[in-house]
Amino acid sequence: MKDNFFYICDEIMKKRNEDEDFILSFSGEKSQYIRFNNAKVRQTGCVDDANLYINFIKNNRSCKFSLSFQGDHSTDLNNVLNCIEMMRNEINNLPKDPYIVRPDSSKSICEINDGNILSRDQVIDSVLPIIQGVDFTGIWASGPIYRGSANSNGQRNWFETNSYSLDYSLITPNEKMVKGTYAGSDWNQEKFNHHFENKKKQCQIMNDNSKKISPGNYRTYLAPAAVADLIGMLSWGGISEASIRQGNSALCKMRENDISLSSKLNISEDFRSGLVPRFNSNGEISEKCIELFSNGKLKNTLVSSRTAKEYNCNSNFAEDGEYLRTPKLSAGQLKEAEMLSHLNEGLYLSNLHYLNWSDRIGGRITGMTRYACFWVENGKIVSPIENMRFDDSIYNFFGDQLVGISDTIEYIPEVGTYDGRQPGGIMAPGIIIDNFNLTL
Amino acid sequence: MKINLNKILNEINIKADWIGIREVREITTYRSVRDGNPKANDRHLTHGILIEVLYNGQFGYYGTNKFDSKSIQNAASSALEQAKLASKWSLCSFDKDVRPKSVGKFSSYRENNKEVSSEILNDILMKTNESIKVSDKIVSASSFFKIVETDINFVSSSGSEFSQDFLLMSIDFSATAQDGNIIQSRSANGRLAQSYQAGYEVFDEHALLNKAQIVGEQAVELLSAEECPTKKTNLVLAPDQMMLQIHESIGHPLEMDRILGDERNYAGWSFVRLEDFGNLKYGSDLLNVTFDPSLEGEFASYKFDDSGDVAKKEYLIKDGILLRGLGGVESQRRSKIEGVANFRSSSWNRSPIDRMANLNIEPGDSTFDEIIASVENGVYMESNRSWSIDDYRNKFQFGCEYGKLIENGKLTKTIRNPNYRAISTPFWNSLKMVGNKDTFEYFGTPHCGKGEPNQAIRVGHASPVCFFENIDVFGGA
Repeated sequence: MKDNFFYICDEIMKKRNEDEDFILSFSGEKSQYIRFNNAKVRQTGCVDDANLYINFIKNNRSCKFSLSFQGDHSTDLNNVLNCIEMMRNEINNLPKDPYIVRPDSSKSICEINDGNILSRDQVIDSVLPIIQGVDFTGIWASGPIYRGSANSNGQRNWFETNSYSLDYSLITPNEKMVKGTYAGSDWNQEKFNHHFENKKKQCQIMNDNSKKISPGNYRTYLAPAAVADLIGMLSWGGISEASIRQGNSALCKMRENDISLSSKLNISEDFRSGLVPRFNSNGEISEKCIELFSNGKLKNTLVSSRTAKEYNCNSNFAEDGEYLRTPKLSAGQLKEAEMLSHLNEGLYLSNLHYLNWSDRIGGRITGMTRYACFWVENGKIVSPIENMRFDDSIYNFFGDQLVGISDTIEYIPEVGTYDGRQPGGIMAPGIIIDNFNLTL
Repeated sequence: MKINLNKILNEINIKADWIGIREVREITTYRSVRDGNPKANDRHLTHGILIEVLYNGQFGYYGTNKFDSKSIQNAASSALEQAKLASKWSLCSFDKDVRPKSVGKFSSYRENNKEVSSEILNDILMKTNESIKVSDKIVSASSFFKIVETDINFVSSSGSEFSQDFLLMSIDFSATAQDGNIIQSRSANGRLAQSYQAGYEVFDEHALLNKAQIVGEQAVELLSAEECPTKKTNLVLAPDQMMLQIHESIGHPLEMDRILGDERNYAGWSFVRLEDFGNLKYGSDLLNVTFDPSLEGEFASYKFDDSGDVAKKEYLIKDGILLRGLGGVESQRRSKIEGVANFRSSSWNRSPIDRMANLNIEPGDSTFDEIIASVENGVYMESNRSWSIDDYRNKFQFGCEYGKLIENGKLTKTIRNPNYRAISTPFWNSLKMVGNKDTFEYFGTPHCGKGEPNQAIRVGHASPVCFFENIDVFGGA
């Protein structure tokens, strides 16, 4: 894939006119997907997909064209040149754009993580026998993911990783569920078997009768996956500089009224894990770590080069959408093994579900509890709870109601596949908060 | 690039019980302007095929964008291999009857097929952007057009051969207004709700400028509006919020693959059980819900679903009683419940699953004025801005952009940050009045998400204005 992409890039650059600039990017996957229900196969198949994105810049105007990329030199080149010709015909009729991001750097990086994953014909026999005897529902996804970028200054970036993920739910006869995700780049059958045995044990406690919780405010432990869901909301009308400038962010209050979150809170965009490419679709390479919240203060936002031009500030080479690519909430002081003791009495929430801003400018998020959620008394789990709706503000649960953060960080892998498989995930510890507001 | 599906089908050399090939070619054009400057003039072309094979009761698929003979043979062989390996562990054993033979053509509704140039579209976008800026208090104005041209062709070893082409238009205007610490946003009917099957007639400059100006005016109006009260009261919902209400608390819970458990790890399960069909009093006697892929102009009209099943209008809920599920041929086989032709995929790189398409509430007989006049105290809400519901589709909380108090049978003060929360079946059973045809409007969304692997698909929802009793409403932070 890399050679095919770079070949097309070189050919485009040979045919470019002097007054034209190009920024090219590439996204592809060769994936196997197996969907399970009740520990059987519901659907199975493979997808080979790749797309080339062309950003064409001329005479202070720009337009983009993306197209399916086949990996065949002559077909792809023919398709790409046709697209470029269409853009050449159109571009002078478009309005001038004062905030065009032009190709800047020629510095290139290349990261290839080969991995050691199951072949397509091994997956069924490696997974299905192990998951028998429980109601198992979920999705296996595996194979290489590709990202690339190139520009008319000669930059050539490439990122390739070979990975798998098994994202699943175990469901008890009384319809209680436990969530599991087993993901990585090196398959180890023994470790998977062990992981799954532990998950089955966790499922057993869900057979107890559920406690019905009344609406109200509760001291609450949010496990790392639940915390990751809350951090993920910052990608949607949160940490984006453009969103703040345009009055569309939950963090407007922090910027305009100098409000801080809890001094215990440190969130960064941290590329040091190497799980996602450091370059964005413009080819710009981020710093290895960007501090976003430092001791509760908004230290940096995510700033794309386009936003930087518009608002005369510095870019930190965020993607154009200024969303988080590899966020990390730093560990705190509370010992992981003692989190239930610190909670003492209240709610243990393993996962959240269907989050949305109920009042974005106010910083309020609503959503549901889901999966292994419990009532805790005297530092011990007493019973599962019935799912509840919450509606609370980041200025509370990440602010003055944040009691403490655990000393152990978990990696919550990205398993979304709307635009194909995505690399990376969120690094988060668990947190304890006071007065978490349950409403329905 | 034109490909000959029948030739490809004939050249595939594998021993399968059935083979189908679906080709999707789709060009999406995005044009947008924000605050007087161009933001996007982008095009995306995706073109590929999904080869699906049946072996020993199990389907396997392979999605590819490579059309040479060798790649296609490899794809078909891999699809067969996937099916063979999985057939020892099949959840359900199918035969080729779940891919019914269909032959025909469909072309989506449009008045004007003549493309409007990028220059004119950008000019209209710029002008609408100016129209939104009714005041210095507008801190951000956006205008957005999306044009999708989709061609789908399908052939199968059982003789299916059909094609469908669609022209799909989405229009969006939005304004954010600020006065000190108060910030309010308004759009035209909610984000991308103006999504239709239509032609280039939708780019009527005069109508769009008027719509854009109202968006700007109402954003400013909301700055000085009262906060929505917190109380249990009467709630009247406009069709552009009913769209979301139907989608989340009728559409998703009636998807048969959810009821059968396929979605439990992602989108969730459903409070609806198989034994509820024919029995459950889903809503009041006034609730009549149809699956209607035949409405001209609604966003998800079509003739064939991706199994080849012919789509037609069906009542899912009649006089408040649940009758039929949103289940395609595979789910009908699994559940023994009557369904509809809704086995759909988002593109060539995804296998079909049960989806909504056009899911509508049939008009009643009350005028808008009669509904408002019948409410002594209540709240009227328009245009969705926030949505969240649990994995069984029971407990929901929805927020709107714009509201009005209803006092003594009249719409009075504008209110901001209107929200409400309830539980699905009690909510629908509190439906007290349903608007007539004059209040009935179409909307749609390109972004209904579901499935593993994930798929975002287009759905349409049409509804009259509806009135619900005793609902919890509340305001902002």
